[in-house]
Amino acid sequence: MLGYTLRRMASAVPTIFIIVTLTFFAIRIAPGGPFDLERPLDPLILANLQKAYNLDAPLWQQYLMYLGNLLQGDLGPSFTRRDFSVNELFAQGLPVSILLGGLALSAATVLGIILGAIAALRQNSWLDNLIVAIATLGITTPNFVIAPLLSLFFGVILGVLPAGGWSNANPAYWVLPVITLALPQVAVIARLVRGATVEALRANHVRTARAYGLPSRVVVGVHALRAAMLPTVSYLGPTAAALLTGSVVVETVFGLPGVGRYFVQGALGRDYTLVMGTVVVIAVFVVIFNLLVDLAYAWLDPRVRYD
Amino acid sequence: MAARDLLAASALALVLGAGAASAEVVINRGNDTDPATLDPHHTQTVSEGRILKDLFDGLVIQSAEGEAVPGVAESWDLSEDGTVYTFHLRDAKWSNGDPVTAHDFSFAYHRIVDPMTAAGYASNLFAIKNAEAIAGGEMPVDQLGVRAIDDKTLEITLKAPTPYFIELLTHQAALPVHQKSVEEFGDQFTRPENFVTNGAYKLESFTPNSQLVMVKNPHYYNADEVAIDRVNWIPFEDRSACMRRFEAGEVQICSDVPAEQMDYVQQNLADELRIAPYLGTYYLPVKGAEGSPLKDARVRRAISMVIDRDFIAESVWAGTMLPSFKLVPPGIANYDGDAVTVDYADKDLFDREDDALALLEEAGVEPGSLTVELRYNTGENHKNTMAAIADMLSNIGINARLNEVEGTTYFNYLREGGPFDMARAGWIGDYNDPQNFLMLYESGVPFNYSRWSNEQYDADLDKAAITQDLQERAKILADAEQTLLDEQAIIPILAYSSRALVSADVQGYEDNLMDAHATRWLSLN
Repeated sequence: MLGYTLRRMASAVPTIFIIVTLTFFAIRIAPGGPFDLERPLDPLILANLQKAYNLDAPLWQQYLMYLGNLLQGDLGPSFTRRDFSVNELFAQGLPVSILLGGLALSAATVLGIILGAIAALRQNSWLDNLIVAIATLGITTPNFVIAPLLSLFFGVILGVLPAGGWSNANPAYWVLPVITLALPQVAVIARLVRGATVEALRANHVRTARAYGLPSRVVVGVHALRAAMLPTVSYLGPTAAALLTGSVVVETVFGLPGVGRYFVQGALGRDYTLVMGTVVVIAVFVVIFNLLVDLAYAWLDPRVRYD
Repeated sequence: MAARDLLAASALALVLGAGAASAEVVINRGNDTDPATLDPHHTQTVSEGRILKDLFDGLVIQSAEGEAVPGVAESWDLSEDGTVYTFHLRDAKWSNGDPVTAHDFSFAYHRIVDPMTAAGYASNLFAIKNAEAIAGGEMPVDQLGVRAIDDKTLEITLKAPTPYFIELLTHQAALPVHQKSVEEFGDQFTRPENFVTNGAYKLESFTPNSQLVMVKNPHYYNADEVAIDRVNWIPFEDRSACMRRFEAGEVQICSDVPAEQMDYVQQNLADELRIAPYLGTYYLPVKGAEGSPLKDARVRRAISMVIDRDFIAESVWAGTMLPSFKLVPPGIANYDGDAVTVDYADKDLFDREDDALALLEEAGVEPGSLTVELRYNTGENHKNTMAAIADMLSNIGINARLNEVEGTTYFNYLREGGPFDMARAGWIGDYNDPQNFLMLYESGVPFNYSRWSNEQYDADLDKAAITQDLQERAKILADAEQTLLDEQAIIPILAYSSRALVSADVQGYEDNLMDAHATRWLSLN
């Protein structure tokens, strides 16, 4: 399995290289540059600035320079946050995003599995219908609606939680963002688990287990749920990568210092290095979580083997 | 990190502050966005100005009323010919205890015009002798007309008399920097651990997208009168988020209010809402392709006539903007705005439509034959403004279609001189003088989006630049604006207002034209 892991890591390198290359040239196609503000700069000064940031060099030269720096782990200076390097921005923001995303992911997974399993075991009962209805609502209500409503209700009207802001030390600031991030995931996971469990309960191996006279909790807990986890695990891979790299909406509404906003801020401000940095980080997360999903498959499904 | 926990701590401090008189006084201030940099020589935006003016004192600072008053310079003399200023500095200290000297200012002004610095706002100091040539790399930096005569005396020689020079010094580009730390730390000098400032506050921490924390500078010459101990500047790209936190009591000042929620604000936060005239103009540059009827001043004038500014100000901008027909905003210093007249401004809108139709006929534009494109950058209010204008143009048989463009692309396109019919632009004055607005439409200036060129206009501005008598100068500048508006090279439609939410607990927040509200003037109940 170690060999498999290493091979997968190695095969990710060309993938990331292609992503970096495509992004590098794609963002340069967008008109304008990092120094085009509403108030235009004196042409003389613009030329000085372009020079200071090497933007006057031919594009292929800038590309090679970027690749060279990237290989040394240097994501370059930020154009729109000039007091920071892109590395520093991520060093500050990633822990926040990972903390919030990780909490949301854990909460969503646990709650989603429990709700999904209950719904499946009480199939077509009022409880099942209720859970499915709530799940549908959770999936269809966008977070830019949920987030301000939560902030308004708990922060302004009740005044029991902060309406926004961030503290590393005070979990009160984490509650509403985590709920916002987790809600739609709870819904999706509950539906996935419900569907897969319903199917698994009818599967041959479960029927066999029942025929052996195994107690119901073993049949459901070990044999049915384990098989039902497979689609959930495949869903969790990309979802984890997305949650841990922050959310534009949640960070903007609650004013959180995560990395979710950097992609949009970078793209709109033509902060080339910041956009590139975000893409690299997200690509790495996706690669890692896809790998974890594949490894989890082997553990859940004995038929899967890696050689 | 302790600094990141300040929000919690500060909320707590506010609660405790009620009980214990000795507790630290903390204010949470909303800002439009994070500063892109804290280096005064790379700063370009109003949001950065707010922060930098808390951290630094220039030779001249803005009072609570937004007027230029002595800062580090206690007094100054002006030579007979109006070109040499001699500033006499007070005893002031940097946040590390070093004295603030004329050499610091001299160093700063040399640094900002140095082409190696690539300072975005170096052009703001082009009034100083040789500054423009130095920034253009045509002259060595040491030729700049700035000289420290001794520790306490700074001499600045100007290219020509510049009546607004003192106003100009209130801009953040004219702030000093601490020479030793800049030289020692290079581009790291703005880090909290390295940053030496001379204003009422010093930097404690800066967490992007979260908050910038500053604490009172004990070495500030006026430290005794600074009432607030700690300022948390919080960026709010989402204006509604600031409003919620304001209502929750977590933020005491919001620098902006979402226009779409103005009804709610006017009903529920009327006492906290501050709307005041602001030094800015919202206008439509008109260009048109070669041979387009838009090249005819009569057609541009007809278009301007049928635009109902009152409707746009009241309905689109929910009363947060004022209707305007002029480029130079009302209330500006060194000017006589009443001398500039727009004859159709006071007419009834129906009469204006008739006059406009007559003008179009005179210009040979058949109803329905002219289609103009209205370009604007993404933004709900810009879109609604342009949609309203398109509708108004249809009243005189001009077809209009909207073209929304993403911000950076939009401004790049205008600056590069791309072709367009009509666009939108806004200008917020850097300093309180009509020159700062009228210079936009001089020939060859990159801000001149219409690429309009008029000899009389250029000549008037050149003449005003060397006219020392302020009244005479005001008259010449008014003549220039009259030319611009008669030719209707641009169609001004609104004058900006600043809009803020200010908690009833905040004292000393005076509405002013510059929207300048340094924290040193404020206190909390």
